[in-house]
Amino acid sequence: MKRKRVKFAFFLDLESAYKTLLRNKIRSFLTILGIIIGVGSVIATIGIGQGASKAIQVSINSMGSNMLIILPGSSSLGGINSGFGVLPTLTLNDVYAIRKLPSVKTDTAILGMSQQVIWRGNNWSTLINGADSTFPIVRKWPVAKGAFFTPQQVASAANVAVIGNTAATELFGLINPIGHIIIIHSVPFTVIGLLSIKGFNAFGQDQDDIVVIPITTMMEKIAGTTWVHAIAVSAKTQKDTVVAQSQITRLLRQRHHIPLNKPNDFFVRNLTEIAQAANSSAATFTILLASIAAVSLLVGGIGIMNIMLVSVTERTKEIGIRMAIGAKKSDILKQFLIESAVLSLFGGLLGIGLGFGISSAISAFSPLKTVVTAEPIIISVVFSLCVGIFFGFYPAFKASRMNPVEALRYE
Amino acid sequence: MTNSYDINGDIPLIRLENIGMVYKIGDIAYEVLKGINLIIENGEFVSIMGASGSGKSTLMNILGCLDKPTSGSYFLEGRDVSGLTPDELAEIRNKKIGFVFQGFNLIQRLSILENVMLPLYYSGYHSKDSEEMALKALKLVDLSDKGNKFPNQISGGEQQRVAIARAIVNDAPIIMADEPTGNLDSVRGADVMNFFEKINSERGATIILVTHDKHVADYAKRLITVKDGIILSSETVKKI
Repeated sequence: MKRKRVKFAFFLDLESAYKTLLRNKIRSFLTILGIIIGVGSVIATIGIGQGASKAIQVSINSMGSNMLIILPGSSSLGGINSGFGVLPTLTLNDVYAIRKLPSVKTDTAILGMSQQVIWRGNNWSTLINGADSTFPIVRKWPVAKGAFFTPQQVASAANVAVIGNTAATELFGLINPIGHIIIIHSVPFTVIGLLSIKGFNAFGQDQDDIVVIPITTMMEKIAGTTWVHAIAVSAKTQKDTVVAQSQITRLLRQRHHIPLNKPNDFFVRNLTEIAQAANSSAATFTILLASIAAVSLLVGGIGIMNIMLVSVTERTKEIGIRMAIGAKKSDILKQFLIESAVLSLFGGLLGIGLGFGISSAISAFSPLKTVVTAEPIIISVVFSLCVGIFFGFYPAFKASRMNPVEALRYE
Repeated sequence: MTNSYDINGDIPLIRLENIGMVYKIGDIAYEVLKGINLIIENGEFVSIMGASGSGKSTLMNILGCLDKPTSGSYFLEGRDVSGLTPDELAEIRNKKIGFVFQGFNLIQRLSILENVMLPLYYSGYHSKDSEEMALKALKLVDLSDKGNKFPNQISGGEQQRVAIARAIVNDAPIIMADEPTGNLDSVRGADVMNFFEKINSERGATIILVTHDKHVADYAKRLITVKDGIILSSETVKKI
């Protein structure tokens, strides 16, 4: 008839702990409020952090993958340092030389300037970008309607333009712009394509407010220069970005005849590096928020300890009775440990609900899309369970050490 | 050591040898028990009488393995239990001793049935078996229909009968009762005492009753009087 206590008894303990806690609903709820808020804020903040880092990733990816940007150098005249892009050091010949490097997949020169664009009675000031025919590939920016200009059109410096969505809307309204003639700097251009919508970049600029024309046309007919503002290069793979960076640097130093002891007259910027820097700052921010949340979890644990101590004192008589009828120290210890573990686990589960609620509220009412993954949920549940056991241990230990005679006498 | 659980005629159920108990409060030592020698045989119905402060409660705590004496030896079924650890004493209380207290001492949060099942839970019974045993014990005190009630839903007399059921559920050879009728009127008190008599005569359990009430003490077959920490007298009232 007699059998050894197995897992069955554990469920009995759980059930009894659950019943005990339910008898004092408000107190139990207030006890675990700290844990609820702690776990909730851990999940919400990590959700926000992951959402933000994903947003940064998407925004940087949208500029082009494995991308390097080469900018002309700054000048240093009479102790005054100017910014990037002032010196006319990059030419189309540099672009053609870079194109031959093995690590480079494709590239485009870019020469941009702000100009007034006119179509019939409408005019709009927008960014005119001179670019190569490879522009849609390098910038990951295909046309939505019509076509991009061809290498032949670039070679012949044709008067053709591809228009961004914002610029198109401002000039043409609902009219299809393709085939119409626009005037830029007194030069007529035929619109041959409409770029797809790209949206705002990481710095809040509307990337769709643009007109793209062949770089050759831009140099000869609009800007009247022989140098370019930037060269965008797409490396073959992400690893190749580093290789390309050093190859381009070596090549340009050679082409520009820069002695060993002189600095570069150009800059090579690696967008992957920028992305990584942005990501790591987002991660730092997440860690900061999560550690603040972890502190509130700790405070919640102290709340549990406090109430468990009160509970042990209140139930001294019960402990005495249980000891009198044969409960061992370990039985009493287990009873109170299970109680505090159940309490904090409940807090953890409710906290997950709260965290989800906050995350989805932020997603619904702000542009930031939060991302809640399984990881923080598992971690916070385990952590809250540990908090319950850790902070429940002292009260439970105190209960188990009671003297049965004195405990029975307690009223 | 003798085989502790082998009961035979030569070994008395309980043998106290020169038991002393000294409490220290600050620098002052209070000698509550001064060399108690006592033998209780299996199946006896003993009452321990004495005024408050006589040491009878301390004696009961030692007999019930709730407390350890500061000197002397306590042999329970031939086994010296005066030097055991708290957990070993807990096991002895669980298997060998059932308690009935003046204040009933039921756990309010648990149902009547669960209260009676509790000692079985601590001795490791499967819950199905222990429910059966608890129902049997409740039947013995005529409370089979109250199993699902809670202590605050039944009368004091009924609560004390639940406590009796809890004391006997594990088939403990010793039932210790500390002023079991102290909180009851005389009719309910007599009712409870009849159950003790029944348990003693029908189940052969040894009953040790601690009281200051002569009427209650008279239910016992042997009357032990304690005064100032020593046994004043031990007289057999009724022939076994």
